[in-house]
This record gives sequence, C-alpha cells and structure tokens, in this order.
Amino acid sequence: MINLTINGQEHELDVPDDMPLLWALRDVVKLTGTKFGCGIAQCGACTVHLDGEATRSCVTPVAKAEGKAITTIEAMADDDVGQRVQQAWLELGVAQCGYCQGGQIMTATALLKENSNPDGAEIRDAMNGNLCRCGTYNRIEAAVARAAGMEDKS
Amino acid sequence: MSRLGDSVMLANVSRRHFLRGLAAGSAFVMAARWGLATAAEDADDPKYGADAMPGGWVDNPNVFIRIDEDGTVTITNHRAEMGQGIRTSLALVAADELGADWDRVEVEQADADQEKYGNQNTDGSRSMRHWYEPMRRAAAGARLMLERAAADQWGVPVDEVETRVHEVVHKNSDRKLGFGELARAARELDVPERDELELKADSQLRYIGRETGPVNGKLTNTDTRPPAIDGEDVVTGKARFGADVQMDNMLYAVIARPPALGAGIGSVDDSDAVKVRGVEKIVRLDGTGMPALFNPLGGVAVVANNTWAAIQGREALAIEWDLESAGDNAGYTSDDYRKMLEERAESPGKVIRESGDVEKALEEADKTVTATYYMPHMAQAPMEPPVAIVQFNGDSAEAWAPIQHPRATREGVAGALGLDLEKVTVHQTLLGGGFGRKSKPDFVIEAAMLAKQFEGRPVRVQWTREDDIHHAYFHAVSVDRLQAGLDKDGKATGWLHRTLSPSIGSLFAEDPKHKADFELGMGFNTMPFDIPAIRLENPEAAAHTRIGWFRAVYNLPHAWAIQSFAAEMAEAAGRDHRDYLLELLGESRQISPEEFKDGWNYGENPEVYPIDIGRMRAVVERATREANWDNKDRGERRGLGLAMHHSFVSYTAIVMDVEVNDDNEVIIHRADIAFDCGKAVNPERVRSQLEGACVMGIGIALQSEVSFRDGKAEQDNFDRYLIPRMENAPREVHVHLVDGGEDAPMGGVGEPGLPPVAPALCNAIYAATGKRIRRLPVGNQLG
Repeated sequence: MINLTINGQEHELDVPDDMPLLWALRDVVKLTGTKFGCGIAQCGACTVHLDGEATRSCVTPVAKAEGKAITTIEAMADDDVGQRVQQAWLELGVAQCGYCQGGQIMTATALLKENSNPDGAEIRDAMNGNLCRCGTYNRIEAAVARAAGMEDKS
Repeated sequence: MSRLGDSVMLANVSRRHFLRGLAAGSAFVMAARWGLATAAEDADDPKYGADAMPGGWVDNPNVFIRIDEDGTVTITNHRAEMGQGIRTSLALVAADELGADWDRVEVEQADADQEKYGNQNTDGSRSMRHWYEPMRRAAAGARLMLERAAADQWGVPVDEVETRVHEVVHKNSDRKLGFGELARAARELDVPERDELELKADSQLRYIGRETGPVNGKLTNTDTRPPAIDGEDVVTGKARFGADVQMDNMLYAVIARPPALGAGIGSVDDSDAVKVRGVEKIVRLDGTGMPALFNPLGGVAVVANNTWAAIQGREALAIEWDLESAGDNAGYTSDDYRKMLEERAESPGKVIRESGDVEKALEEADKTVTATYYMPHMAQAPMEPPVAIVQFNGDSAEAWAPIQHPRATREGVAGALGLDLEKVTVHQTLLGGGFGRKSKPDFVIEAAMLAKQFEGRPVRVQWTREDDIHHAYFHAVSVDRLQAGLDKDGKATGWLHRTLSPSIGSLFAEDPKHKADFELGMGFNTMPFDIPAIRLENPEAAAHTRIGWFRAVYNLPHAWAIQSFAAEMAEAAGRDHRDYLLELLGESRQISPEEFKDGWNYGENPEVYPIDIGRMRAVVERATREANWDNKDRGERRGLGLAMHHSFVSYTAIVMDVEVNDDNEVIIHRADIAFDCGKAVNPERVRSQLEGACVMGIGIALQSEVSFRDGKAEQDNFDRYLIPRMENAPREVHVHLVDGGEDAPMGGVGEPGLPPVAPALCNAIYAATGKRIRRLPVGNQLG
C-alpha cells in the first residue's frame, strides 16, 4: 500500500511502488488535470508540485512521493499565487487547446513562489521544459510576467 | 451582409445522398467523402462551400439553440474544438445575432450526428466560413420566435417589439420580458421560414468583430478578459479531453503495432506480459490490409486495469513481426528516398499547368537560377496523444474520443462492431490538439475492436508518445525543384517547377503516385507569379508509409520552396526581396482558379473566391512596413526574411527578424505577420491562431523531422522528434489584421498562418549569415 497526500487529502493506494505518480493520479485517484504527454519528462504536461517543487509526475514513482505534499492543478485555485497565475492566463487568453496549460501553470506558479519578479530570460528558462504544440509561448511569457506584477501590487 | 440575403441556400436533399450512391473505393468518392472533391466533378450543378460538404449545413434554431426558463441560453457546438476556439467563436456569433448576454450563454458539445447537425468534419480551416451564416440564421430564427412570443403575450403586432440584451421590449410602452420568461411560449411556435428572417446590421453587433485580449502585447481592454467558453475549466484542470473520460469498470489498453506499414504479426510470446500485475488479457488485432484508409494497423494489445500496467505489459511482450507482408515498405529508408526523388526531379514529369514556352525562356535567359528543396516527414504530435474509449453493449455501442471527424469515427466504430450507424453514439470531447492527426479515427476503431471482446465494459486505448510518432499519418516528404530564367534586367521570363511527394490519395486507393487536385491546389498550381512562360510538373512519387493531413498540408512544401526560391531569384537579380516579390506578383488583379487549372479552390466558388493579387500585395506591403523593411540592416549576423502565401482562401505574409549567434543558435527577435482572412469574427482567436502557427512553423524550419530506416520511424519521443520550446519562439510576435475590403469573403484561419513561416525564417537566416537552407529542418546545418 502506498500512502499519498494529494491536495491536502490522504489517499491509500494499492499500486506497485514503481507506478509513476502520473498514472496513480489519473487512473487510480481519478484526478485528470495532470496530463500525459510523453512519459519521459520531456514535455511538462504532467507537472505537479512535490513539497512545492515543480516535478514531472510521469517519471516519479509513487514510492518517491510518499510523505511529500503532492499538489496538482486542481488545487491551484486555492493557492494565492496559483490563483493569480490562472487569472493572468484568462486575461491574456493564453490557452488554445488547453491540454498542456495545467502543467504550464504548475511550472509558472512554482517559479513565482521562488522568484516573485522574474525577468524575461528567467521566465523563458523556467518555462522551457513545458511544451505547447499550439505555440502559446508568447502569451505564456506575458502571463507569467503579468501574474508577477499582480503580486507586486498586492 | 448582402451576400447573406442573396444566397439563402436551401439544403439540397438529393445532394446530401448523392455521394453515398456512388460506388465506393474510387479516389474521387473518397476525396468527396472527406470534403476534397473538385466542384467541377459535378458539373451540371456545382455546389460550393458548406453546401458541397457531406451533410451540408443546418440552420434550424431548434437544433442549435435552447433557452431555459431561468434565461440560460445553451448553444450547441457541433464542430471539433482543438484550440482554434470554435466553441467560443460560433457561440459568439449565435449569441450576438440572438441578442443574448454572453455571461448567460453556455455551450454544449454535439455528438456525432451528421443528419441532425450537418457536416462536422473539422478540417480545412472551414468551421467559421461555412457556419457563420447558418449560425446567424439559426439565431435570427430563435430571436424572431422570442419576439413573436412576446407580441402574442402583449397582444401587439410583432413589428412593435424588438430584442435588446437578453430581453424583448415593447417599443411603445415600458413592457419587457426576459428570454427566460419567453422561453416556454417561444418553444411552442413554428420555426420561421428563412425568408422571414432579418439579420442584424453590422452596427447592431456587439460581439462579432470585437477586439478583446492582447493585441501585439498590449491588452485592448484591461477590464475584460477575452471570451473563452472553456477558459476557466482549462486553467483549473477541469476541462475534459478525450484522455480524461472516466468510466466505472474500465479497461486500459496499449497496443504494439507493426513497425512498417503492411507488416503483420509473426509470433508472439506473451508469457512475461501476462505476469505483469494488472494485466488482464493479451489480444491479437488483425490489420485490415491496404489501402490503409482510417483503419487500425493491427498488432498485439495488452489489456489491463490501469495504463501503467498495460505499458509495462507491452514492454514484456516478445513479438516477431512478419515484415514480408509489408513488401517494399519494409525497406523504406527516407534518406535514400530523398536522393531518389532529387534525382527524378531532374527529369520531366506529368504536366499540370503550362503557359508560354518555358524551354525557350530558360535557353534565352541572361541568367538561370536552379534550386531543389526538401521537406521531410513530420508527425502532427498533438500534446494529447490519440486516445479513445468504446463500450460495446451487444446491439449498440458508445464511444468517447477527441476527434476531428465525428462522422468517419461513427462509421468506423459501426463497421468494426457490425452495427448500424444509428446504434453507435460518438461523444465528442475536447481535443488536446489535432493538427490533422485526429481527422483519422484509427485509434477509436482500435478501441471498438477491443471493446467487442469485452462486451459491457468500457475499453480505453491509450497511445503513448512513441506510438504517436511511430504511427502518425505522416506529413508527406516533398522534393521541389525550381528553375527560373531572368533577363538582363533580372526580370523573370521563365519558371519551371517540379514537385514530388507521395499523395494522401495512397490512403484510400491504389497509390496514384501523383498529387491529387486538392494537393496541387495547395499552392502549387495556384502559384500566382506573373511570368510569361510557366510550366508546372508533378513526377511520380510512391508512398511507403501512411501519408495524411498535417496542418496546412501540401501548402507547407509548396510555400517553402516557392517563397525561398523567390528570394534566391531576387538575390540573383541583385534586387531587394520585397520589391522583387511584388514585381513577381504583378499588378493587383483577380484571377480565376480555373485559369491556373485549379478546379478545387478549397471547395469554394471561384467567382466569390478568386485568387486576389491585390490582397497578396497588401499583406506583403503591410508586413514589410510593420517590420521597418526599408531600414533592414540589423547588424552583424542578423537579418530580415520575408515570405507570402495564400491558402485556405486567406492571405498571409511574414517578416522575421533573425539573429544567428556565435554558437549558431537561431534567435528570432521579432515576427511581423500580416493576415487577411476577410472578416475576422473573433479577432483575438485569429491572432492566437497566427501566433501559434508562427511557433509551429519555426519548428518545421528548425527542428522537426521523422526519418525512416528499413520501414520504421527512427524518432521515438520528444527527445529526438523536436518541436519548438519557449526559447525558440519569437521574442515578439505582432499580428496585423489586414482589411481585405468590403467584398472580401471570409477565409480560413487555423492553417494559413503556417506555410510562410519556414521560408521567411530561412530567408532571414540567409540575410543573417549568407547560408541558404534548401533542406529542412535546419538542424545543425549552420555549424
């Protein structure tokens, strides 16, 4: 049995130790906001926070997530920074198909928690691991900057 | 608006059944079924646009608009949402014409039902141009029903009432009734006749054409966010894509597919696979042979109680493939194939279009320019890999899938299960990207084949990224050889273009080895330059893998070759590229596509949609002006590149400001995109499509290639099949919407931004470095 703390809730899962957290979240816990894109940590669609750190859940065995606070996109509306990032995303109309955007928002939120006022190069560096096939990168960059600006005002 | 009034087209019932009556299997029938027929094929009674699509259009308000007694307006969207924003934009059209308050509008997704909704095949950048008018009529009909219900209630003539925002008012008194209050009575009324409808004047429109969101980096209105019906769901992780459908008691399958097209299963040892925890069954799936159509490739399915177990089970399979049955395909090596095509391009081929004496022109030229360009296979690689869920219930079935072509999906599932079409329900989910890959429902049919063996249980087939890249319907490789003659002043006197690509026609019938009308019509025979002698040829090229639609399709290689070559000609002539391109285009004029031997014209009426040189010139002039082309010196190892292309009856020009740094990395400082699609219904989504196409085009230029060795795709995942990351995007992208004029008909948006990107970028690389790129992707060619 694997014990996971996901968005503040305890879950006991009967899954093998090596099952990637991604599939445990999606197929077992039925939290589908975290997406499968590549399975080899190349695209970032599966990004979650482990103790606040942006982590690729597709290559993180569940056993390694035990004892850590797992946070997914479903909990971002309850997070001050996450909520600002979501708001900036909507104001700038970032999403096209939207499939990668949960992962983008998770990475952006982790960035802003670490660096509340990143410059363009810092944003591009932090976001470079998250692929978007629709090509929304310019708006993502602008939205991260906008969310950071909101933080300054608050 | 005059076009709306004049062309109130009655749905032609006989036409709707016409295509089904023809013998199946001919290339024309297949083309017609996917909306690719040449209008002229039905010469007696040519149909164009939405009218020519299978299933046509529907404008019945009762099909698309529902008003509840609490005032909620629910608009049904029957097109595939894959990021273009159609769920929002078509709903905006209906809401505007109806007089609904956007905040009280909801959108419901239609199931696959062509008889009820009309055509649902979402490709060809057609959704808005085909459905703008029917949706406005549907909404105008609903509005008239509300107005009649109000007039009845007040006992006044209907011309004394009018609709304002979400309510109907009596003009001669203060009386008003909300949409919700009128809903029940309006529902009882007959649907108005089409000739009773009065559409709103442009001045009365509140949503259509309104700029929202960011325009070139600046918010147009900081108080409002752009309308996005799924926006909140997307940013909170609630949006439901095909991958997110959850069912009780569901089985999860992944499939090991034959490596080469046409290969079969030799032997299977599944003794280790069945031991994997969670694996329930191993199932052999037979392929369906050639032509490939939209059918599954066959293979060995591992069915489990979760995705990870299925993936692990597949890893544990030992399969020997029967490559014999793949024939030539098992020996397909794309590098050899490229060389063969390049050699063949030196000899004449089937003549597609000819005017003047090109041999004489080349012979007498003061200077000739010759170049051969190559574009490789690419995989669409939507971020959501193919995925589908099917449940078979013995005498009926239900499917959930992210699909661009609901009708083909429904037919495919019904066929696999031996059910009548009516017994199959296909639920359309959001698509996590499509780009043409999800036009083909092979992955849904796989789920149906498996579901048949697990009656009563939903079966999900999940493609991994490796599956997606190995078994795409690949963008065709293309070799384009161009030769031009210039006179002593550098003016072009002759133009010889040979294009060689396997045809998508090879999917549907015996390999035609030549491009079909709709493939040639994507920028090859529609090449617009005003040159006295022109010959366009299409030598043979056989297909050795599944060739399919990739966003913008054959426009990609055609634009890449022609627009690169125009820059090479300007260079040879010692002229400025912009000035030379405008000279090649010649005077503003409208040309019938038929004059260019293009009987397809994206399915549109050539009289309404001529090839418009004036609109081409306008986008070139706008993009270069915005990019400050007249001061184009940008310093060391930095330069501007230009390209223009018309496709999907829209016009695009791009200027890119590009630096190649000392590490030979390509940095795109700025892109200026001028775009004319006629009326922009939802300008914010038009801009987003152009921004996204720009990024995707950068990947086509710099990174993306699927190569084959011995019949097998060599790239597995995003570590080797490279697509653009944020570092590759332009530092700034500016989209300039160009007003095509009063009479400019509505054009496509999703695809036409893509073709000119790669040539503009390669032309800029040349300006920056002097290095001419003729083979894509650029990869490490810069050193």
